Amino acid sequence: MNITKGTIRSWSRLGQRATFFGIAVPEIAKQNDDLMVVTADLAQLSNLTKFKDQFPDKFLNVGIAEQNMIGISAGLAMEGYNVFATTYASFITIRDLEHIRQHLSNLALNVKLIGTAAGVVAARSGVAHWATEDMTFMRALPGMTVMSAADSLEAYCMANFAAEHKGPLYIRLNGVPDCPQVYDESYVFEPEKISIVSEGTDAALIASGSMVHEAVEAAALLEKDGISCTIANMHTIKPVDKEGLKKLFDSHRLIATIEEHSVIGGMGSAVAEYKATLCNTPRQVFIGFQDSFCYNAGAQKYLWEQAGLTGTMIAEKIRSELK
Amino acid sequence: MRLDHSTDNVSRIRDMAVRMRKMALDMALSAGAKGSHIGGGFSAMEIMAVLYGEVLRVDPKDPLNVNRDRLLISKNHCTLAHFPALAEKGFIKEEELESYAVNGSRLIGYPYAPEIGIEYSGGSLGMAISVGVGQALAAKKKGIDYNVYVLMGDGELNEGSVWEAFMSAKQFGLDNLIAIIDRNHLCYDGETEDVMMLGDLNAKMSSFGFNTIGCSGHDISDLLRAFYSISAAAPNAVICDTVKGKGLSFAENRPEWHQKAITREQYDTALADLMGGKVI
Repeated sequence: MNITKGTIRSWSRLGQRATFFGIAVPEIAKQNDDLMVVTADLAQLSNLTKFKDQFPDKFLNVGIAEQNMIGISAGLAMEGYNVFATTYASFITIRDLEHIRQHLSNLALNVKLIGTAAGVVAARSGVAHWATEDMTFMRALPGMTVMSAADSLEAYCMANFAAEHKGPLYIRLNGVPDCPQVYDESYVFEPEKISIVSEGTDAALIASGSMVHEAVEAAALLEKDGISCTIANMHTIKPVDKEGLKKLFDSHRLIATIEEHSVIGGMGSAVAEYKATLCNTPRQVFIGFQDSFCYNAGAQKYLWEQAGLTGTMIAEKIRSELK
Repeated sequence: MRLDHSTDNVSRIRDMAVRMRKMALDMALSAGAKGSHIGGGFSAMEIMAVLYGEVLRVDPKDPLNVNRDRLLISKNHCTLAHFPALAEKGFIKEEELESYAVNGSRLIGYPYAPEIGIEYSGGSLGMAISVGVGQALAAKKKGIDYNVYVLMGDGELNEGSVWEAFMSAKQFGLDNLIAIIDRNHLCYDGETEDVMMLGDLNAKMSSFGFNTIGCSGHDISDLLRAFYSISAAAPNAVICDTVKGKGLSFAENRPEWHQKAITREQYDTALADLMGGKVI
């Protein structure tokens, strides 16, 4: 597909989920005979209605039965299908965890898990619909690749990568409709490589998903105070890009990891686990949900404020850490 | 499905089951003080003999043939029945059974080894039936004529996702799916009806849209009749009434023999009963 400025703008309006399932997946279906898309009563919400009508043979709805969805996906994968299974990020990674471990991880099956409304996208629905520990659970599973998309264009690229990838993989989508655009049409998605959005010298802001854009905002504010930041998009949380991380450790005096996720076990932890094996690396600040659900529900921005996840609050945190 | 009910064939499979029981006793003894899953292994022995002796269309020379029948063993604590059946069918040599429960061997734990006919690594209960639904659905989509057999324990029917899978089997029209339930009436902590009541299991399965077939799970002829009754109009449940620990007089129907070591004396008793024709 020829991707223009206009395409990217329209995809940002659609959001990551609609770009992934409404644009990318139907394209993949045309090329990929073995594709199967499985949902648990969320065809409409996941923008799969068009796909279902266009490719009824490649679509399966299992009803509100997420565990069975993973088992069925495993059975289909054992018979040669390339399966995309999807529902809310919270349900697919948490309710289904043992099915994923036993079937997809243990048997190394070719099933791609697409978690929608990751982070606190389903803000007003409350904790049940939030996914703030999904990366922790998925990252712990042997053989599982874990990715998080910064914008709709990156979600589109990840869908295509997932279709070609062999083995279990988890993609968390947390860009809502009208989500900010991080990349333009020149973006080349390199799986498993950290993408440097802009280069600086003082602090490295390593972000993933919706937080990449917040990091961009934070860096602009810090720039005014004379603090120069690198913005790094760690879209592949597992496996970690050690070479890319090492370069960031070697050239900055502060590392900040920023994620719409718990600071326990997520992207920040992945960075810290590697950093701990090296000598003389800079200090790391973990920005994310601090072992708390922020019990009062509210708008996504409101919840980000509770957790210090807005561009302004990230900038404040970096400023104080560098004092 | 055409199955051979002749006296000769029943007796051939019975002889096979007797040999498997002997192998299983040897394996249990060789496991030593670590013990092995006695109860669920010996309750499933004749089911396994009928599957490998007659029902399954599988070929050890071509173990991954796309047209083969699939067998997923969900109640995976019956390796004492499964591995001897694999030896009988020629997937492994009988000598390999000596490596049962030996560190690092392919016959320890709940292995996954499709090349020797072990198509699934079960053990965590209630999960295989969903995989079976996926495989049966794949056969329908591809127009391939294999059956998917899933061997389940009765206790694992307590698991909720099992019923999600049953519901979906009917929804997707999977008459090529056969849930075989080893109804030995015991789970780890005691009687299934005391721990968590299954009640009228036939009625439950029928209400989920299954063609439900009951049989005596240690009677070769009755097992053959049951598998002969598989319907081409609905998913199938073959509910096999069995005795946990069958053939080990000291272990039959005793929950503590779910996993336990046998002594040489117990081995001798069980072997004498088996060879004396007292078991099946």
